[in-house]
Amino acid sequence: MNGKRILASALTAALALGGSALAADKPAELKVGITAFLSGPASVFGEPAKAAADMIIADLNANGGIGGVPVTTYFVDEGAGGEALLAEYRRLVQDVGVDAMFASISSGNCNKIAPLAEDLKILNFMWDCGTQRILEESEYRYVYRTQANATPEMLATVLYLLKTQPDFKTIAVVNQDYAWGRDSWDIFLTALKAMKPDVEVVAEFFPKFGAPDFSTEISRLQALRPDVILSTSWGGDLDTFVKQAAQRGLTNTSVFVLPLAESSLQRLGSSLGAGHIVGGRGDHYFLHPEKRDDAAYTAFVEAFNEETGAYPIYPVFHISQAIAALKAAYEKAIEANGGEWPEREMVVDAMEGLTFAGLGRSVTIRADGQGIEDQLLGTTIVVDEYDFAVLDNMMIFDGDAITTPLGQTSADWLKTLTPEFVESVPADVFSH
Amino acid sequence: MQFNLRTVVPSLIVLAVAVLPLLAPTTQVLLTLALSKGLAVLGVIVLLQAGQVSFGHALFFGVSAYAAAFVGKGFGGGELFSMLAIGVVASLAISVVVGLFVVRYRHIFFGMLNLAVSMIFFSLLEKFYHVTGGSDGLSVARPLFLGIEMEREGFEMVLFYLVLVLALGAAWLTHRFLNSPIGNMMRTIKTNEVRLEYLGVSARNTLLVGYIVSAGLCGLGGALAAVAQGVVTPEYAWWIRSGEFVFIAILGGSGSVGGAFVGSLLYEAVRTYASAFAGDVWQMILGIVLLFVILFAPSGITGLFARLTGRKASPASEEAGQ
Amino acid sequence: MNPQLFALAIFDGIAYAALVFLVAVGLTLIFGVLRVLNVAHGSFYAMGAYATASVGAAIFAAGYSPWLAFPLMLVAAVLVGVIVGGPIEKLLLSRIYEMEEVLQILVTFAVFMILEDVQRLIWGAQPFFEASALMALGNVEVFGITYTAYQLILLPAVAVSVLIGLRLFLRRTLSGKLILAVTEDREAATSIGINAERVYLVTFIVGASLAAFGGALASATTSVQPGMGADMIVLSFAVVATAGLGQIEGAALAALLIGLGRSFAIYLWPELEVLIPYLIMLLVLLIRPEGLFGKSRTRKI
Repeated sequence: MNGKRILASALTAALALGGSALAADKPAELKVGITAFLSGPASVFGEPAKAAADMIIADLNANGGIGGVPVTTYFVDEGAGGEALLAEYRRLVQDVGVDAMFASISSGNCNKIAPLAEDLKILNFMWDCGTQRILEESEYRYVYRTQANATPEMLATVLYLLKTQPDFKTIAVVNQDYAWGRDSWDIFLTALKAMKPDVEVVAEFFPKFGAPDFSTEISRLQALRPDVILSTSWGGDLDTFVKQAAQRGLTNTSVFVLPLAESSLQRLGSSLGAGHIVGGRGDHYFLHPEKRDDAAYTAFVEAFNEETGAYPIYPVFHISQAIAALKAAYEKAIEANGGEWPEREMVVDAMEGLTFAGLGRSVTIRADGQGIEDQLLGTTIVVDEYDFAVLDNMMIFDGDAITTPLGQTSADWLKTLTPEFVESVPADVFSH
Repeated sequence: MQFNLRTVVPSLIVLAVAVLPLLAPTTQVLLTLALSKGLAVLGVIVLLQAGQVSFGHALFFGVSAYAAAFVGKGFGGGELFSMLAIGVVASLAISVVVGLFVVRYRHIFFGMLNLAVSMIFFSLLEKFYHVTGGSDGLSVARPLFLGIEMEREGFEMVLFYLVLVLALGAAWLTHRFLNSPIGNMMRTIKTNEVRLEYLGVSARNTLLVGYIVSAGLCGLGGALAAVAQGVVTPEYAWWIRSGEFVFIAILGGSGSVGGAFVGSLLYEAVRTYASAFAGDVWQMILGIVLLFVILFAPSGITGLFARLTGRKASPASEEAGQ
Repeated sequence: MNPQLFALAIFDGIAYAALVFLVAVGLTLIFGVLRVLNVAHGSFYAMGAYATASVGAAIFAAGYSPWLAFPLMLVAAVLVGVIVGGPIEKLLLSRIYEMEEVLQILVTFAVFMILEDVQRLIWGAQPFFEASALMALGNVEVFGITYTAYQLILLPAVAVSVLIGLRLFLRRTLSGKLILAVTEDREAATSIGINAERVYLVTFIVGASLAAFGGALASATTSVQPGMGADMIVLSFAVVATAGLGQIEGAALAALLIGLGRSFAIYLWPELEVLIPYLIMLLVLLIRPEGLFGKSRTRKI
């Protein structure tokens, strides 16, 4: 690997020395700023994503980088607060002169950064945040999302629930009290009411973000006995909720629908038993049914497990998609530029219609900058090979069918859905 | 010589701050935010004169920021000065209501009650998600400046110099306020409140005036920060933010109005560069800086400066350093 | 709300109050003696939880009995109190007793900031969840609702024992009486030859250990993760201020009020839950400015 890198840089140097006009504009490195939570509760996403980015980019650089240029990364901690983040974002763009930014994990931070990126004229990938509003409400030239948004993620969850549990009558929700918890419930409920109008919502709980104790909510839920309990929570909050619920037997009496629990499966261990619905914000799962026999994929999963002590979770897939998108965009722009290194604006021009694949299925960027990504959900089973629940009866939904059509807002579009929509969306089904 | 240093150094600092954005454009927003925060810290310093420390002054910072954001939203972008005015008026109005209640308390209880009120506001901001945007907050579109629509670069420049002028103006007015009879009465609350009452002066009313002034300063800072950031979040009213204001006041020196700004410039610089270059331990670095200041220079940077230049301390700074 | 739900809300409220009390009582004890409001108290809570969860996970994975969790909690709490709390008092707080109140609070605020990063450097950012102790005790069923014995029985029992134990310690033992004497009148106590420095150190270690013990007990019920200390400290402040500063029995009552208020809110009006501690505190202080059990001090002229 080292030898290769030396060879690659020697080659680049030789080209530069040759004084070729073609290579003259080629920079010594391609600088990418990445914002991620490296502190605070959301670092359960930031840390694995950073580890994955380091691994993927080391591998990329060992194989010639992007168009022969090695990639250098600059990480910014989203946990340091909004002001520090924006100041650091500007510093990277204006002083360090990065070529692209990947920002960010938090939807709140994406809200802050999108207009700034547009003003600074810097290519920005919203590489993990979920809010569908940014690209639906405003037009951006420089801001793209290299994965799905909350609407297809929640819609796929509703579809999976209706396909697998068509007869349920009552539902309760326990979400974190912040924008994601509220927004995802709005989307979920709108879609559910449109496709199954007779469903009854028996309780809505929004305990505060980071709540250490859900005992009272669990008592209340045990008294109500809903058929289905939805929680779009993540990280420590989700772990706490599911474990406390399991300890008191609530997981035996209700089906839990946990659209983000793919990122908690390993930590939940034996607490999460069989028969609950789990998603991972896209087709993200370390035993991806179409990839689990792919040598390169399994090699990465093993290497990642070796490096971090855990299997890859969805932010790892998301960062791989952002890196893949950057590579694809540069390659497309280089090709359009007759093989020459492109101007930055040319790379931005290359974004629309771009198709790329990270660790999962391929993603396509459509005209509004939104990525079209397929969604995978499954039902937990307990197997011998793993000491935590894994997924069975997996369905992968086609992103085109479940993403809000171009030019419409999610809130309006979801209301137009009908009970027939459930059958009209095809799903590829896989077993463990 | 002494006289020279005392006036020359602060003037040099103001001059340096004024030209820095021209030399290093990326510092501009940082400085704007630091000065906005400095205004809030000035508010905290006003109360510190009376020996009272509020662990909830982010309340007024937040109230004003949200008021400005709502004005901006309600009037299609809004106009800068009307946003600032309404933000300050909103925080003044709230401060009268809260103030009438909290000025009956002293010391820890005063601090804790302010904390409780600010946490209620913080929780409400998160709860009333459909109005306030929850934890994502509200975005503040770039407002008009005196009816003129501006690009980001021009607007940021204008905003920076506006904040600088407002900060200087506020510092001067606060200085005057603290040296007025009512300012002296506030210092008496700290040293001996009963004596004040024997003179026939209501300590509560005196403190209330100080409380309203300090809330107004926080409000001005909050509205400016909202415009500079382009977004308001419940973080504006969080207790850690209130703690930060007190932190900066001590860092800069609670005895003088200049301390508020020197402190906040230094704080923002340390915070930004520490989180950029020592992402893992920036909080630890700030904590250590604070410990050093308190243990070895309890009158803050301005106090240290005064000591180095051999200046005879004013009554205010003397008390802060005791 | 039928009688069954009413009873359930009371059970939930008591279980929650027990944990809150254990943390708040340490804070109020420290304040009573040292007159310092310790912001870093939340860090001791978090470190107690981290120590128990991480060591517990390691020894249970090695096949040891889950009952070891209970002695482990005590050991972790004392170790955090002595190893972390001790030096903080000895090296830092002992230098600031003559300073202004605000400076004292800020010193503990700085310690809190430093310890937040220390925790992250030691234990990383991934949440820990180690519930062996809770599982070992099993469940109990009340009105068709399953509770864990740990939360319904053990936590309240521990809280009551700590309350009684502290009372006996303070009233019946020599060290306790010394602490009480310093609490009542620092100047008089030192003038009759009580070694105040030592009393301060012991009190701080006991207070910090109580916070760590609260964290250790909580670690069986919740995810141990960054930021858990910051939330706990604000809640403890509310309890302590409601109770009256330095009031141990008051802290028990205030914790109970807040715990019950919270659980009834979840049953009746869930959106109100987060506001409950602050509303109770405001209400109490409006009526009794020194808190439930606080004594008004005479003002000096």
